[in-house]
Amino acid sequence: MKSLLHHLAVTFQKHDLRGWVLPLLALLVWQTVTWFEWVDTRLIVPPGGVFAVAHAEMQSSAFWLGVAASLGRDLLGFALGSIAGIVFGCALALSRVANSLLSPSFHVIRQISLFAWVPLLSVYLGYGELSKLVLIALAVFYPVALSTHEGVAGIERKWLEVARVYEFNRKQFVWRLLLPAASPQIFTGLQLGLIYAWLGTIGAEFLLRSYDTIGLGETIFRGRAAFNIELIVFGMLVVGLVGYLLSQGAMHFERQALRWRSSY
Amino acid sequence: MPSSSGSSGQTLGPLINGKRSLLHELCSGVKVPSWARSSDVCLAWPFPLALLLCWFLISHFEWLPMQILPSPLLVVDTFFDILGTGELQTHTWISFKRVLAGFALGCGLGLMLGVVMGLSETARDYLYPTFKIFAQVPSLGWLPLLMMLVGLEEALKIILISKSAFVPITLNTFNGLRSVPTRYIEVARAFEFSRYQLLTKVVFPSAFPPIWNGVRYGLTHAWLALVGVELLASTEGLGYLIVWGRQLFQLDLVLAAVFVIGFIGLLLDKVLGLVESHILRWRKAAF
Repeated sequence: MKSLLHHLAVTFQKHDLRGWVLPLLALLVWQTVTWFEWVDTRLIVPPGGVFAVAHAEMQSSAFWLGVAASLGRDLLGFALGSIAGIVFGCALALSRVANSLLSPSFHVIRQISLFAWVPLLSVYLGYGELSKLVLIALAVFYPVALSTHEGVAGIERKWLEVARVYEFNRKQFVWRLLLPAASPQIFTGLQLGLIYAWLGTIGAEFLLRSYDTIGLGETIFRGRAAFNIELIVFGMLVVGLVGYLLSQGAMHFERQALRWRSSY
Repeated sequence: MPSSSGSSGQTLGPLINGKRSLLHELCSGVKVPSWARSSDVCLAWPFPLALLLCWFLISHFEWLPMQILPSPLLVVDTFFDILGTGELQTHTWISFKRVLAGFALGCGLGLMLGVVMGLSETARDYLYPTFKIFAQVPSLGWLPLLMMLVGLEEALKIILISKSAFVPITLNTFNGLRSVPTRYIEVARAFEFSRYQLLTKVVFPSAFPPIWNGVRYGLTHAWLALVGVELLASTEGLGYLIVWGRQLFQLDLVLAAVFVIGFIGLLLDKVLGLVESHILRWRKAAF
């Protein structure tokens, strides 16, 4: 018993638990107001109801298929957008002409709000998977292109000279100098891109919905159609959790990938 | 406040060398490098002009059906048409009011929370984790729940827009205040500044650039959220104009509205940039 208390005390000291006070308090208030029915419990559903729905949903394979579909869409769009962004960013940074020709247009087009593209995309590409992927890729493209440009443009001249002395060929130049030297900024852009990709995925699933779409957005809309607020709240929680896990995973990956840099 | 100037050095110092959080990176975004301004003005035109020429040729020879790609002239015609009837002004004004109200609310709350968390370590320990959880769900993800709780009226749009502006502004204010260099505070302490002097003469001027950056990103996010929410749940506004044009399959209307949205986004960004350089004149004078 004493050792348990000691263990708890150590845990308490190691982790700052004060951050939990507010969420737990909110949960308590939520539980209380729904328990005594001080609010309309059809609108403010009790936490227990959300847990019940969560339990039921997690038993069904449809839910997991939806999560997998959203995640796959997110990652594929992310891959497309980030490759395009890295190539575009490098091109602008390496060629003065490309920079002068394209960057002013890029900065103007960037200002068009992402979701304003949705109706046009739906006309040209329909409501299928392709238009969703393009929207997600577009969301990723801007931050990745900007930070890649910043990273590549910041490569020091002396490194370039060293590469010349060693007579790097084109392939070596890209893989040994360009990408490693610009990698911190590129990773920053990729992490931003990942967050935007998730926003784009949810946006695409809401705005480009067709009868055969599956995904988390569809789960939430199913809840809305059935006036099932428990399902909506559960869907939102899963959206938040997936977003959180994605960004944590990216941070972990970045630390691993940039271990070779002594300053990291 | 228990954390008087004695502990503020510790409060404000430690993030300088610390790695910036991902959320912070999101909200401070990526700086637009100076090449955007210094590039050749003449070379900026060939690309958009070539694009316009292609568009013109395609629609002139009807390589694509008119319904899919209306001619640029028709888009210009439509633009002046809705400008003439006053339709465009009405919708723009409605969208503008929504952004302004939502942005003002989100900006006020964000600055408040950011300042409280940036200056008081206690407040940060209690509030920051909750804030991070709150920020995890993308703005649009809140829409279905809010639709149920507050209906489809103005409140929905304003809450959603203010949420989008709130997150980057809070984060940048918070991080800006925490990364005020310790040596500035030491100098202020050597001059025996009062806490009020420390805040108004040292901390806030030094944290202003990141805070303003947050405000700019807040406005960009607010504009993004406005279009999203108007596409999904509105019967007025620029986003609705797009949806309506799409439903009638009048792509000229859609394209005209998209251009207006891009133009206003550009304008908002430029205005805030000008305000920034005006307020930060004192910085240039120092060098």
